[in-house]
Amino acid sequence: MMETRPGTAAGAATLMACPTCDALLTERQPAPGERTRCPRCHTLLRTGRGRMAEALVALALAVPPLMAVGLAASFVSLVGGGQQASASVLGAAAALASGNVWLLGLGCAALIAALPVARSGAIVYALAPALVGRAPLRGARSALRFAVRARPWSMAEVFVIGVAVAMVKLTGMAAVTVGPAFWAFALLGLVALAEDRVICPRSLWELLA
Amino acid sequence: MSVPAAVTTAREAGLVGCTTCAGAWPPSLAHCPRCAARLVSRPPSGLQPVWAWWIAGVILYVPANAWPMLITRQIGHNEQSTILGGALELAAMGSYGVAAIVIVASVVIPIAKFAAIAALAIAVHRGTPGRVGQRTTRRLVHLYEVVEFIGRWSMIDIFVVAILSALVQMGLVASISPGPAAGCFALSVAFTMLSARAFDPRLLWDAFGSAQSAEMRDEDAR
Repeated sequence: MMETRPGTAAGAATLMACPTCDALLTERQPAPGERTRCPRCHTLLRTGRGRMAEALVALALAVPPLMAVGLAASFVSLVGGGQQASASVLGAAAALASGNVWLLGLGCAALIAALPVARSGAIVYALAPALVGRAPLRGARSALRFAVRARPWSMAEVFVIGVAVAMVKLTGMAAVTVGPAFWAFALLGLVALAEDRVICPRSLWELLA
Repeated sequence: MSVPAAVTTAREAGLVGCTTCAGAWPPSLAHCPRCAARLVSRPPSGLQPVWAWWIAGVILYVPANAWPMLITRQIGHNEQSTILGGALELAAMGSYGVAAIVIVASVVIPIAKFAAIAALAIAVHRGTPGRVGQRTTRRLVHLYEVVEFIGRWSMIDIFVVAILSALVQMGLVASISPGPAAGCFALSVAFTMLSARAFDPRLLWDAFGSAQSAEMRDEDAR
């Protein structure tokens, strides 16, 4: 059979197995804009993208600054009962973390802030060297696998919808206005959706070869 | 049937398919040479992890709905609301759209997810796909993809609770804190996500194995 050593891509270009139905297929690099599907189960196998690495790194680089604004800037202001309060996500997380529901605060912080930032770091670490014509750094493949696997748990866009619902619930209690941090999170949600459109998890690995 | 069934699978060809990068490799390799993911032809303990996470998710979903999700203390009186109660309150306020979002995210999606994963696992147990044909199997797989995609949106209500309790603890007119259902619900969603991920759709397609693949299975078994 094929003689392959870990770390080489020899033989990789000839055969592929559909991850959904295990059909053995000959591998083909789709043209830009083209999508290949498995003939047996019709699962989308690959999308041909001209500049996937560039787009992914650019989107990943947008995450840390947006997250900094999203965490530190004013998120919402409440005016009610003659009092006014303005909160940032960091302040809100600290309020949760100091109470008896610290686990909830910690979990939410991981899903909406820590994981998105860690994923963006992993994508830049893995793909940026290829963009400047250098060999991949150590652990690039692990970083990329982490970025792919952690995607469902990275929930910035789910959080934005949650915020919108919470605002509606609060309107009965206080006057609510959203601050710049809310819009930063809305942009983070859009960045996540844009990344989903750009990424082709099967073709990623050729960028590291 | 629209597509000829005579497709060789990687396993029939004596290869192991990588579910991360779709490479096909000889079974002697423990890790994929291209993406370094661990190579397994089929999950070694079959559907067991799927059912284990599924049961944990279903069990936790019961207290998640029965216990209060949100506890509101407003000048003097104490108010507790469950997931469904909170959504009905929103509807009573006239915010029907938002109430619908909460009900879809917290009730419809989790229950649909439980049902879908169970249906997929039972189909594998009974070898149903082989009897109903490839088109139906394709639909089943599509169902699996939808389930995997929408599951995370169930977390909306957890974020609502977290935001409300964080904001309305700050010495305003009222105080809001999460009830015991919040943790149960968050874990139920997480466990169901893990259950869906543990499901290997290749098991569904194995029901279409040819005589040749039956021989292979015998070989595997020995």
